[in-house]
Amino acid sequence: MGLEEKAGNLGFVTTTLEAAVNWGRTNAMWPLTFGLACCAIEMMAAQASDFDLSRFGMEVNRPSPRQADLMIVAGRVSRKMAPVVRQLYDQMSDPKWVIAMGDCASSAGVFNNYAVVQGVDEIVPVDVYVAGCPPRPESLIHGIIMLHEKVKREKLAPRSKANAIRFDESGRQVDRIGSR
Amino acid sequence: MAVAEKGVAERRTAIFNSGKNGHVSPGAFPTPQQVAQAAREITVPSPRQVIAANAERMKNSSEFEQSMVLNMGPQHPSTHGVLRLVVELEGEEVVQLAPDIGFLHTGIEKNMEAKTYQQALVMTERTDYLGPMINNLVYALAVEKLLDCPIPPRAQVGRVLLSELTRMNSYLVWLGTHALDLAAMSVFLYCFREREMLLDIFELVSGARMHTSYIRPGGLAWDFPKEFKETVQLFLNIFPSRIDEYEALLTDNPIWKERTVGVGKLNAVDAIALGASGANLRATGVPYDVRKLFPYSGYENYDFRLITGTEGDTYERYLVRIAEMRESVKIAQQALDNLPDGPYATSDRKIWPPPKEEITYSMESLIHHFKLWTEGFKPPKGDAYVGVESGRGELGCYIVSDGSNKPYRVHFRGPSFINLQALPHMAKGQVIGDLIAMLASLDPVLGEVDR
Repeated sequence: MGLEEKAGNLGFVTTTLEAAVNWGRTNAMWPLTFGLACCAIEMMAAQASDFDLSRFGMEVNRPSPRQADLMIVAGRVSRKMAPVVRQLYDQMSDPKWVIAMGDCASSAGVFNNYAVVQGVDEIVPVDVYVAGCPPRPESLIHGIIMLHEKVKREKLAPRSKANAIRFDESGRQVDRIGSR
Repeated sequence: MAVAEKGVAERRTAIFNSGKNGHVSPGAFPTPQQVAQAAREITVPSPRQVIAANAERMKNSSEFEQSMVLNMGPQHPSTHGVLRLVVELEGEEVVQLAPDIGFLHTGIEKNMEAKTYQQALVMTERTDYLGPMINNLVYALAVEKLLDCPIPPRAQVGRVLLSELTRMNSYLVWLGTHALDLAAMSVFLYCFREREMLLDIFELVSGARMHTSYIRPGGLAWDFPKEFKETVQLFLNIFPSRIDEYEALLTDNPIWKERTVGVGKLNAVDAIALGASGANLRATGVPYDVRKLFPYSGYENYDFRLITGTEGDTYERYLVRIAEMRESVKIAQQALDNLPDGPYATSDRKIWPPPKEEITYSMESLIHHFKLWTEGFKPPKGDAYVGVESGRGELGCYIVSDGSNKPYRVHFRGPSFINLQALPHMAKGQVIGDLIAMLASLDPVLGEVDR
């Protein structure tokens, strides 16, 4: 019904730029090599032989945040680790997404205490939460597919959300337009 | 890096012959005087000391002989989690280094004080998340020691079997990540293939892949399912050939030997002075294994060898762990063959709830059930320490009871925490590339280091 019908079998298709860019982004999403605790082992299992994340073009983990566009926060974030997580997030180049993997990253899980950040969304904006302690690799893959669906619906307008959390010089949070 | 002062074949024969028939050679332990002397001499700097020492050195050195401080981690693919290493380098040579830990401090021990004895169990497996069953076991044993509660034979044998499966699981992750750090991707994929089989067994018995909470104070959470025996037997039949496969890939591999032989040497005296345990200690030649020397859960009834190495380098630690996987298969096979029938938990109604059907006709059972799930049990005042051999070394659990239904204090002797202390000592004077190999072969789990 589009142009390609009129043009016959010339070997091209038409689409919107947005759809083409988002299609590219979903099928080559590079996660940051970044594990915190138990969930990191399940994340490794998701990338290993049985579950094989490379089916989604995601087997290339990047240790450098500059080359990564997906941060999977796999595990509990302690108070000492929180500034590091935030710094890593800031170092990643736009567009970037965050998956909170597991109960600890989503809401601190069983650790309602002095040491653990009560949900990583206190420090970085989260796109997808994956429940489980730890989530099975299938759950993680499901979360990733959810993220892909989300990315496919995105507009090409600048992602202002990424810089919504600001800090003053003393490191205190000034305002917060989080994802919650 | 000089390859093999001692040939691979010779080393493997030595490891194969070690500890035949449970024999522990006398004199293999260094004297206390030697250890005390070594403990006085070894220094482990703090990160701040390393940075200060480097600044001091920079002041006095000329333009051409300068050292630098390199920061490794906490986000580094080879630090096995969130460990930060502050390394002072002179060219490629490590002058000194200090591990900076605490990035995964979770307050587990403190949290356990706010939970009843049954509830606190779920915290234990989140420390060393590669050996959940062994963590459950050490906590359960310590609580049982407080309660002075006998455990039926089926639970005892089942615990040994599951501990050994957990040890294999833990060693598989060690081998996979160790090889991955030294750029052998395929070993990682093979190791995780077998690990999935083990996780399937854990899922079969407990319903969860990693955090099982299956071994509980008083026995096992519930009985083994009927497919259990054949599933484990299938794994035990396959696994020895898979170990051969890993060995074929690594043991005689020139790149592997180049990266590991002679790297990160630790002698027996220093290892004991630093408090190292597990395969890291046994690779130095010290025959110390809690399963053999202080048997628990009936380990004295099993026929297995205490593997010891001679050289204490990274390659030796690899060989010792591989040999121990084979011993684990042996123990698991014996346990599976001798798994008795009978109850899977203690019949003491003050500790273990009565069967559900009993509640319908017995008032006393109903009361027991209600009291256990609302209040829990109350061990007498006192304290208990139990040590077990985990995948990393001697894992200890110390519980103080004040007579209430919650522990007054719980402390874990985390073997990875203490083994990690050996890293600054063994890395001194080595090149930075080998630091990765050393760290991987020490096999720390940061969850257990920081707790």
